[in-house]
Amino acid sequence: MGCEEWTKKLDAYFDGELPADEARALDEHLRGCSNCAAEGLRRVQQKRAVAAAGMRFTADPAFRVRIQKSIAAPRPMLWSRRWLPVFGALTATAAVLIAGALFLNLQGDRRSERQLVSELVDQHVATLASANPVDVVSTDRHTVKPWFAGKIPFTFNLPELQDSPFALVGGRVSYLGQSPGAELIFRVRLHEISVFIFQERGTYDGRENELARTVLSFEVRSWRHNGLHYFVIGDASAQDLDKLSELIKAAG
Amino acid sequence: MVRWFTLVWVLEERSSPGSFEELAMPLFDRLYNFAHWLTQDRQEAEDLVQETYVKALKGFSSFRPGTNFRAWIYQILRNTFFTSRTGLKAAATVPLDLEGDEPILPAVKDTPESILLQRSDRQIVQEALGRLAVPYREVLLLSEFEEMSYQEISATLAIPMGTVMSRLSRARRALRDAVQQLQGK
Repeated sequence: MGCEEWTKKLDAYFDGELPADEARALDEHLRGCSNCAAEGLRRVQQKRAVAAAGMRFTADPAFRVRIQKSIAAPRPMLWSRRWLPVFGALTATAAVLIAGALFLNLQGDRRSERQLVSELVDQHVATLASANPVDVVSTDRHTVKPWFAGKIPFTFNLPELQDSPFALVGGRVSYLGQSPGAELIFRVRLHEISVFIFQERGTYDGRENELARTVLSFEVRSWRHNGLHYFVIGDASAQDLDKLSELIKAAG
Repeated sequence: MVRWFTLVWVLEERSSPGSFEELAMPLFDRLYNFAHWLTQDRQEAEDLVQETYVKALKGFSSFRPGTNFRAWIYQILRNTFFTSRTGLKAAATVPLDLEGDEPILPAVKDTPESILLQRSDRQIVQEALGRLAVPYREVLLLSEFEEMSYQEISATLAIPMGTVMSRLSRARRALRDAVQQLQGK
């Protein structure tokens, strides 16, 4: 493939939209072709310039308050009027419905939990396949943590990794059910592990507080703490995932 | 019994406007910024944002949970814009080659351009963005500033993925030209 063909792919490459195999091939070409590398640099610079220039206009705080008030609604009461007839009907067959509801809830919890874990495993795989797996590249927790400030609606602590086999690679903002959260990438030997942190209310309403399982050969650990839901996913050994989970739990 | 009551409460909670507020308010600053970029006027931007929130709240029951809320509300905003007087005017001045399917422009490899762009400051880029036709401006902002994927842009602008790519390519070229003009080249 000639340089002209490669340069046509540059935009998709820097937008993170090129398939993994093509991205790898282009990556190799860029290492050996100074012309294409220079063009690539120019495009990255332009992307960054627009990203920096994009935030230009700030709304009047009074306008924000006005909008907030116009869409805010009182928290619904447990027994609003429209549920009363439903409750009336329920009382007649309460025993049967309770049993049914409990069963369906249990099944629902399991399905939601499976769906959620499988979605996060997909995100982990997509991250590793991406040409730009992390948005903040740093091994320093004091760089990575502040990078998330203002990007996600909560904060978290990162563990001290000295004297451990783990290294922090970086992080990116991730989304689950439209709620933003953090995805942190750690490396242990040749394996990469994703740690996802979301607000608990954005995840499923399962009963299990802690979870340890294997999905498609990926080890998954999950727990809740201080209103946050943590998920650790990777192809490293179960012991490695346990150890990293413990370090993160200890960091609080 | 408690479990069932919780289920009833969750169902009500999910269909309540409270959920809308939680999803919509974190996007307020960016929506306003985007609206201002489109309208180029503070008062019009406020009107546009207000109308967007009203329409989105009214139509929230049609929003399917699990789909992309951000793309959905941005779509409402730009649809509202393009039916306003300013939006109709902007749509009428769309460049002729906007939806053409000619190949993406070849890369320009000369170093002076790279240097110029490197030197261009934030203000010049902002002015250049403001000079672009609205469809170019919006696609650039959605891609570079909002960091939307091609799929999200496609959903927001209601155009095919191929058009997203060609429009982005032309928009980038147009921005580069505008920057150069502003720098007096």
